Amino acid sequence: MKLRFWGVRGSIATPGPNTVKYGGNTTCIEITTDNNDLIILDAGTGIHPFGLELLKKLPVTAHLFITHTHWDHIQGLPFFSPIFIPGNEVQIYGGLDPVTNEGIERALGVQLQYSYFPIREAELNAKVEYNTIKPGESVSIGNAKVTPILLSHPVLNFGYRIDCDGQSIFFTGDYEPVFNIYQPEDDEYEEYQSFIDQKQHEIIMAMKNVDALIIDSSYTAEEYLAKKGWGHGTYASAIELAAKAQAKKLFFTHHEPTRTDDQLEHIYAQLLKDNPNLKYEVILAKEGVDIYL
Amino acid sequence: MPTIQNQELISFVEKMPAFPKSVQRVVQLTSDINASAKEIVRVIESDPVMTVKILKVINSAFYGLPQKITSIQRAVVHIGLNTIKNLALSVAAMGVLQPTNKADFDTQKFLLHSLTTASLCRMLAEKLKVKASECSDFFVAGLVHDFGKIVFAEFDPVNFKLALDKSAKENISLHEAEFEFMGINHAQVGKILAEKWELDPVLIDAIEHHHDTLNETMLSACIFTANQISKKLQFGFAGNPVIEETPDEIIPRFELTLDDLISSLGDLSPIKSEALSFINS
Repeated sequence: MKLRFWGVRGSIATPGPNTVKYGGNTTCIEITTDNNDLIILDAGTGIHPFGLELLKKLPVTAHLFITHTHWDHIQGLPFFSPIFIPGNEVQIYGGLDPVTNEGIERALGVQLQYSYFPIREAELNAKVEYNTIKPGESVSIGNAKVTPILLSHPVLNFGYRIDCDGQSIFFTGDYEPVFNIYQPEDDEYEEYQSFIDQKQHEIIMAMKNVDALIIDSSYTAEEYLAKKGWGHGTYASAIELAAKAQAKKLFFTHHEPTRTDDQLEHIYAQLLKDNPNLKYEVILAKEGVDIYL
Repeated sequence: MPTIQNQELISFVEKMPAFPKSVQRVVQLTSDINASAKEIVRVIESDPVMTVKILKVINSAFYGLPQKITSIQRAVVHIGLNTIKNLALSVAAMGVLQPTNKADFDTQKFLLHSLTTASLCRMLAEKLKVKASECSDFFVAGLVHDFGKIVFAEFDPVNFKLALDKSAKENISLHEAEFEFMGINHAQVGKILAEKWELDPVLIDAIEHHHDTLNETMLSACIFTANQISKKLQFGFAGNPVIEETPDEIIPRFELTLDDLISSLGDLSPIKSEALSFINS
């Protein structure tokens, strides 16, 4: 499988001289299988340059899996050029929102309205189809198997595991490890902790032994203190998960939007210094680099 | 004469609002970005209507969870606090259950009965050394065991009133009177709804059999007993004047008569005052 990040930034696109090395687009990940099947994870602004690249290889068949519907993961969708061109096919997959009871079609439909965008959904020329998927039920794309798992974020969020040709990738989408809402002295603490431990085990099993583990690592441990409950993880929580899952490569992504390239590299150097005995490779996700697993 | 049509009943309950206090608290807490997670969980778990409506969503086949979710705490771990907050808010947006209804069924006393039964059910589970990770399931089961009654009061108040009156006048069990006038009782209605909502089979079973021992389990034994204790101590009132004899199947669980069991649990008045403080705060 080939893996390429087209967007690595969290929350909002951050173009400019300070993000030119790692990239300022919001989340979009390309996975191309050995048989040339195309799987895309999320449609942040990074899907725009990716769509332009795909115009060189028409017609396109793309399978787009949305982790969750926060803006930074869907905002590039109306600018994904292949959806306007006849002969292309875009299959969009995602979960059912428990609050609105609406499927993933809303991610595109809500944006293609008169007030927000000049083109209506009915005017798209490609074949665009929506697929509501369920946690634990795999979807087959050629030789690849894509399996969603429910992960904690302020909105319904799926992590995805992709298994293909003996290799595997897991992407968390946005994810904050669950914390105990009770204090140790509360009666409910122990019981709640047992629920967390069960869920954590389920998550680690879903990531087990992957070749590439891509994790939302928005914050440093110090920053996290003021951002607990915002739905994002830390570098340290990603390292812990990767160790437990025995991943082979760990990619930090969803870079905090105010983080400059220099700051990212400084944090990275410090992490390597603080964790000298890591048994796997750790990498800062960077736009525009082909990674062959 | 059976008068209840399942489909009509299910559609009706979909739109049924929750209790006034929890609706008010949910609106307050969801408008406060710093509201504590445990307070939100506590408010939801103090309202049988809100609780079943949230369990219904999380247990839907769309989330394919490896095991059924039987408490709001578990739901928060799986789907996140913000989603639970927003689900509670969507229930709150349906309005509030009116304190009076055509059946003259006192919803405040009903709520007090449900809340105290819930707490007693958890207490009995602890006494029986149920695993810590399951005690909140016992609380929820106690909370929702009589859910069918509030549905009757709203959905079929005329017949429910006849049943309430007959039960009071002749000192017969309310579920028998319900069956006479409606062809179905609150335990059966609770079961139909719980099945439709894909709740945990153990919970469905416990709701269905909380007045009998056809399928006796640790959970159904605790609900049955908690229910009788709540009635005996007059913690609220849910329309049934009869305190049932402990069936032979349940006696070995606690190895005590109901009165001795109550004594062994110590001072139970805080259970009532805690529930009242929520209802009246």
